[in-house]
Amino acid sequence: MKPRTRRFAWIAAGLGILGIAAALVLSAFQSNLVFFFTPSQIAANESPQGRPFRVGGLVETGSLAREPDSLTVRFRVTDTAKTIPVSYTGLLPDLFKEGKGVVAQGTLGPDGVFHASEVLAKHDENYMPPEAKAAVDQAHQGMTMQSLHQDTKAGR
Amino acid sequence: MIPELGHFALIVALLTALVQGILPMLGAAIREPRLMALARPAARAQFVLVALAFACLAWSFVANDFSVQNVATNSNSELPLHYRVAATWGSHEGSLLLWTLMLGGWSFAVTLFSKNLPAPMLARVISVMGLVSAGFLLFLLFTSNPFERLLPAAAEGRDLNPLLQDPGMVFHPPLLYMGYVGFSVAFSFAIAALLGGRLDATWARWSRPWTIVAWAFLTVGIALGSGWAYYTLGWGGWWFWDPVENASFMPWLTGTALIHSLAVTEKRGAFKSWTVLLAIIAFSLSLLGTFLVRSGVLTSVHAFATDPARGVFILAFLAIVIGGSLALFAYRAGKVGLGGTFALVSRASMLLANNVLLIVALASVLLGTLYPLFLDALNLGKISVGPPYFDTVFYPLMAPAAFLMGVGPLARWTRTPLPELAARLRWALGVAAATALVAPLLLGRWSLLVAFGLFLAFWIFATTVVNLRQRLLASPRRGVLGKLRANSASYYGMVLAHLGVGVFIIGVTLVKGYEVEKDVRLDVGESVALGGYDFKFVGVTPQPGPNYRALTGKVEVRKDGRLIETLAPEKRIYNASGQSMTIAAIDTGLLGDRYVSLGEPVSADATNIHGPWGVRIYLKPFVDWIWMGAFLMALGGFIAVSDRRYRLALKSRAARVFGDAVGHAGAD
Repeated sequence: MKPRTRRFAWIAAGLGILGIAAALVLSAFQSNLVFFFTPSQIAANESPQGRPFRVGGLVETGSLAREPDSLTVRFRVTDTAKTIPVSYTGLLPDLFKEGKGVVAQGTLGPDGVFHASEVLAKHDENYMPPEAKAAVDQAHQGMTMQSLHQDTKAGR
Repeated sequence: MIPELGHFALIVALLTALVQGILPMLGAAIREPRLMALARPAARAQFVLVALAFACLAWSFVANDFSVQNVATNSNSELPLHYRVAATWGSHEGSLLLWTLMLGGWSFAVTLFSKNLPAPMLARVISVMGLVSAGFLLFLLFTSNPFERLLPAAAEGRDLNPLLQDPGMVFHPPLLYMGYVGFSVAFSFAIAALLGGRLDATWARWSRPWTIVAWAFLTVGIALGSGWAYYTLGWGGWWFWDPVENASFMPWLTGTALIHSLAVTEKRGAFKSWTVLLAIIAFSLSLLGTFLVRSGVLTSVHAFATDPARGVFILAFLAIVIGGSLALFAYRAGKVGLGGTFALVSRASMLLANNVLLIVALASVLLGTLYPLFLDALNLGKISVGPPYFDTVFYPLMAPAAFLMGVGPLARWTRTPLPELAARLRWALGVAAATALVAPLLLGRWSLLVAFGLFLAFWIFATTVVNLRQRLLASPRRGVLGKLRANSASYYGMVLAHLGVGVFIIGVTLVKGYEVEKDVRLDVGESVALGGYDFKFVGVTPQPGPNYRALTGKVEVRKDGRLIETLAPEKRIYNASGQSMTIAAIDTGLLGDRYVSLGEPVSADATNIHGPWGVRIYLKPFVDWIWMGAFLMALGGFIAVSDRRYRLALKSRAARVFGDAVGHAGAD
């Protein structure tokens, strides 16, 4: 092979490898996206069945219940318009509190209960997790027409 | 009065930064030595002024001056002194001031260690740093003034976020910023070279030590942050691929590529344009990272809409710095030239391959970090990209890079025949393969991933030994010490950093392969067996702290019925904020950690602390090797810059290259 053809072959091989890498990256990206839904969207059956997604909102006051002799907890997440029951087995994060914002990742069971594999609260006391805030804000937007109450939102 | 003094110092610093940014640059363009000579004093004055402002802010924190908004929001009179000092950089405003202070410090260092730089080069470098600094000072003064008064003054402060009340968090931001901001020197050198139109091996030799030091600081900073997450977030992870972490990791990946490509530019004069481009990208990503973390975009992209001044300023600044330097690159790169050629199988070609892998990895991290923000900003829905994406993409990309890391140093700069290379690598390949087959069996269970990880780690170790042996045998000097001395400090720095990568890979592989995690409900006196140990929960007792109340748990660890230690995990509730926080109890060991943390009381009556608790117990084999590896890499960097050749007077060489210009500028 002439040096020139050889160089061309190497460049082609390099580009091929880059192309394959890009394809792998994009397919991994596609299959690992986790979408976010509000309780209202879930109530309207917009969320997927079987595929994990995130739900966010406020932990409904008075809804937290523990099962005896296990680490399973049940609580309800609300965006102030709709609520969705959640069950989770494990330790809850420090910032998990009734009336505060929460984001849970998991799957929706056929019984309508959201089985969380992860409960996230990577935020501080001053603000809500962005997803939780978005859920509440969206629900409020839906309700402004009725404008029944203008309660102060938790956090900012 | 003190806060006003700080505010005033910042205003004067801005004016000085503008002088520093404009006049020397002009001087370099019209070859006016008196204007160029302004660079040094202006940069030094600016540093002193910013340091004064920073000291004023720190004083306000120490003195509990709650009439300053920033202090009232981020401190509290109960906060211990060292955390009050650290609170100076705990807020958005304070951390930007720290950033500017670091930039001033790096500029100051450049004025000290640049005796041999030709005057136009120095003038341009200092000018670029001055312009960046002016941008930050403008941002501070107009949108994020740290000295904003609160009238009437608050009676008590709202306290520093408890998560930040930790020794790791005291040192993490300054070290991280040292790294981030340090890339500004490499950036300024690159811009200066593009403006001057000359770029050669001497240029690479000048910017190399600065880049390596910045990279080493960044490495330590990231490692500290990761260690902090491991023991304070209470769930035992050491890396979450969180946007905040990615923001610091992206400049690191680019910086790693940059220090390797600089080596080629210095030794072979090749990859010139590529090196300059990397220097621009590394600093651009530092800026991007700072703003991602500090602007609140990650909390909500729509924070931009609620505070348009900050958002618009940030976008404009990023656009000017990144867009401007890329435009300059496009315009001038042709003049700089591509640099020399290199052979297909040579050290240069392997470094290039590693560079490409690092940059592809960078691109994949960038995609996963920014894509959710873009979607959100365009109101196309909220998504998140989880760790599985980064894991599946990152490890396959880094594995060939780790493999090449073994081959590269053994190859010659010029064309290396493959058979010769293979002959040198045979022995190393054997050692690595044997370890990969046997070691997992000794550790418990054989799995392909563990074997592969260990193969890569021992491949790096073995090739390093082969390389070192060859170097020593080839040296004409006598005696082991003499032979050891024949090699340069930068060579040993490289060896140490590469060994660090091997140590890091061992840590990651074994912790991923063999960690055991268990969340259990334990009643007082109850115990649970895990990995050959018995963990007995004895109960919790209340304990007061300086600015919090704690519940301290007691967990006895037994092996074969013999008590080996008592761990004391804590649950704290901070007085000022009422926020609770988990402090894990960790028994650290070379072979692994035993990690216990408290969840919460789980009896029907949630206030009963003497009933059963949720307890988290982890066994993390070899986890500390992750940070040990990172520290070795950083140490390697520091050793490399101690190399004599960076200290030697380069005057004669500089004079030859930049002869025309040097003749004019006698100042300093």
